[in-house]
Amino acid sequence: MNRRILSREGWIRLAVIVASTAAFEALCRAGFIPRTAVLPPSEMATSLWHILRTGEYNKDILSTLQNVVASAALSVTFGFAFGVVLHALPRLRATVEPLLASYYAIPTFMFYPVFIVVFGVSSRAIIAIAVLLSIVAMIASTLTGLDRIPRVLRKTALIYRMSTPKRAVLIDFPAAAPHLFTGIKLAFAYAFIGVIASEFILSGQGIGYAIAYAYNNFDNRNMYGLMLLVILLATAANTALDTIDRRLQNRSRR
Amino acid sequence: MKRTGDSLLLILGILVLWQVLYWLAGDIALTSPTGTAEHLWKLLGTARFWGHAAETARAFAFAVAISLVGGVALGVLLGLNRTSGVVSEPILIALYSLPKVTLYPLVLLCFGLGMSAKVAFGAMHGLIPVTIFTMKAIMQIKPVFWRTAHVMRLTPRQMAFTIALPAVLPEVIVGARLGFSLTLLGVLIGEMFASQRGLGFMIMSAMGLGDMATIMAVAVFLSVFAIAANALLMWLDRAIPR
Amino acid sequence: MTEPAGNDVHVRLTGVTRAFELSSGAKLHALGPIDLDIRRGEFFGVVGPSGCGKSTLLDILAGLSSPTQGTVLFEGKPINGVPDGVGVVFQEDASFSWLSVHDNVAFGLRRNGVDAAEVSRRVDYAIGFMGLRDFANAYPAQLSGGMRQRVCIARTLVLQPRLILLDEPFGALDQQTRLLMGEELLRLWRETGATVMLITHALDEAAMLSDRVGVMSARPGKFIDFINTEWPRERDSRIVSDPRFGAITSRLWDKLRVESLKSMGTASPGASA
Repeated sequence: MNRRILSREGWIRLAVIVASTAAFEALCRAGFIPRTAVLPPSEMATSLWHILRTGEYNKDILSTLQNVVASAALSVTFGFAFGVVLHALPRLRATVEPLLASYYAIPTFMFYPVFIVVFGVSSRAIIAIAVLLSIVAMIASTLTGLDRIPRVLRKTALIYRMSTPKRAVLIDFPAAAPHLFTGIKLAFAYAFIGVIASEFILSGQGIGYAIAYAYNNFDNRNMYGLMLLVILLATAANTALDTIDRRLQNRSRR
Repeated sequence: MKRTGDSLLLILGILVLWQVLYWLAGDIALTSPTGTAEHLWKLLGTARFWGHAAETARAFAFAVAISLVGGVALGVLLGLNRTSGVVSEPILIALYSLPKVTLYPLVLLCFGLGMSAKVAFGAMHGLIPVTIFTMKAIMQIKPVFWRTAHVMRLTPRQMAFTIALPAVLPEVIVGARLGFSLTLLGVLIGEMFASQRGLGFMIMSAMGLGDMATIMAVAVFLSVFAIAANALLMWLDRAIPR
Repeated sequence: MTEPAGNDVHVRLTGVTRAFELSSGAKLHALGPIDLDIRRGEFFGVVGPSGCGKSTLLDILAGLSSPTQGTVLFEGKPINGVPDGVGVVFQEDASFSWLSVHDNVAFGLRRNGVDAAEVSRRVDYAIGFMGLRDFANAYPAQLSGGMRQRVCIARTLVLQPRLILLDEPFGALDQQTRLLMGEELLRLWRETGATVMLITHALDEAAMLSDRVGVMSARPGKFIDFINTEWPRERDSRIVSDPRFGAITSRLWDKLRVESLKSMGTASPGASA
């Protein structure tokens, strides 16, 4: 492993981020960007600190995180199961493949109102739309993972005289694992987007709802604090998952 | 043709599933496929629908133009230099996986209600994937291509048009396909919150009235449009020799 | 452990053919008829033009596919599924990327329920034998192609197979590495007394390593010549400077050239079986 904390590009990247934040701060302070539109980053940070310290939004934050985890878990479980079934049935797969390819072109959110009518304004409607948004990424990753198992490993399993279930556990699953993890990563990212967006459009709870509420009440301070929270949460989660993902991909590179 | 048969089978399957869901969920939650088709047909005959559709189309056209032109330009700019590419990639990916809806108030406060906010919101969704795909395509052109170009004494202009462009085109089209879909989603979500016109607004106001038939009809109309556009771009993608 | 090549038959193929059904419904006659005896402890090399069915032959011997006609006997018993005592090394990298080198080599033993002390003793030996001691805790992705192939050979060797089948195991390696790996293989063969069948497209490799080289024809692959090299059991890559090496290689090429031309000329889509 590299013993340096950051690569040269890492340092430049950090510098770019710090410099643009500082420039943003300066523009706000100098009044080029009106306070009524955007708060300077430092004030966003203080607001976020205040929000976390007083805990006034804890219920919303918890509700959002619960919904994200529930949606991602459902997507990963069922996406994996569907992926395995589709892989085993090539005829069905050939039929469904065009749908998978153009699925993300469909503006899924337009169907959110349907779920609201079915489930009411509730977590279930939010989870339904988030699962709808994230499950296909897991299905696609499962299919890719199973497709990319080298044929020679299947042959090797035969040489070791393994039964099919043994092969699935000892060879197929670990060989496909890096792609499955990519699926998990994507499922999380899409679930997060799905949950926040649904809360924003129509709901009674969650960070998305709190931001929309603050916006409607001209409460810029809390709005920008929460916005910063979402940005930090999403970036931290994605960076962490991405790092593991890269490590797994490197291990399996041939 | 087996493929066409499969596609028909798929559409039939979806319609059957929909009908079954309708029987299970009932009138308040869903409209049946035939009911939706009838309602859509009726809507297509009204000037009100086409007014909203034209409004969405206008915002979408602007936003998609900004996403594609801006994304390709930005991607080329960042991709030509290895360092700038490596530096910006994680930042772009972080921006890409951000729930951009949260930033909507920011867009509204900066652009105000109306057309420009919708366009900005659409472009915010579409610009980044196009940039990422273009940038990666430029960075991944095989070094031997450049060396071959130098050996053949091509001018920079010739290099751009005979080597770089054909080499990156397939990837750029994939990016454009993604950018196209996400821009549409961005514009529609924009219309849902803060607009008095457009198909997104139509869905939102129908939701307020509990008018399921209109929600379903408009959503299906948009899905068909999106899938058709996507299929066209996929066909274009396959038509390019590589 | 060392026992010289005896005269008793270890593997016997009688009238073996293999045909494949193409998607168009037509039959493709890929292999045979083949009649072949491999002696116990023999190092048998196989060369042949691309697509002549060499790998199909190996699959049949390994029990990975069954012949369309004919019989295959291993140690006097017909092959039905992968027989006990057979080890295979493939051309493609078959190391398990999710296991360390040590765990890769231990894989088969642990599956067979060998106790931990015995596993570690035999794995240590195999890892040492293949020169992998410093990399026991490394993962395959950290190793070069040649080292990964060593892992696969160690993984096969550790199970003490009586018949080792190698399907162009060094095909993806550079020339120098190939020669050195060839020496390792000879050492392994001498030390274990196993019967070895090596499929290769490299004439020098076949000529240098084998007791006997079989030359196969273009598809459908049949043996058209057998050459006894009469090398001493103790040999290494330096025999390439022996004048007989040149004679053997050129005789192989004389036979193979005609067949390779045939297979190039008649190559049809899907000929690269």
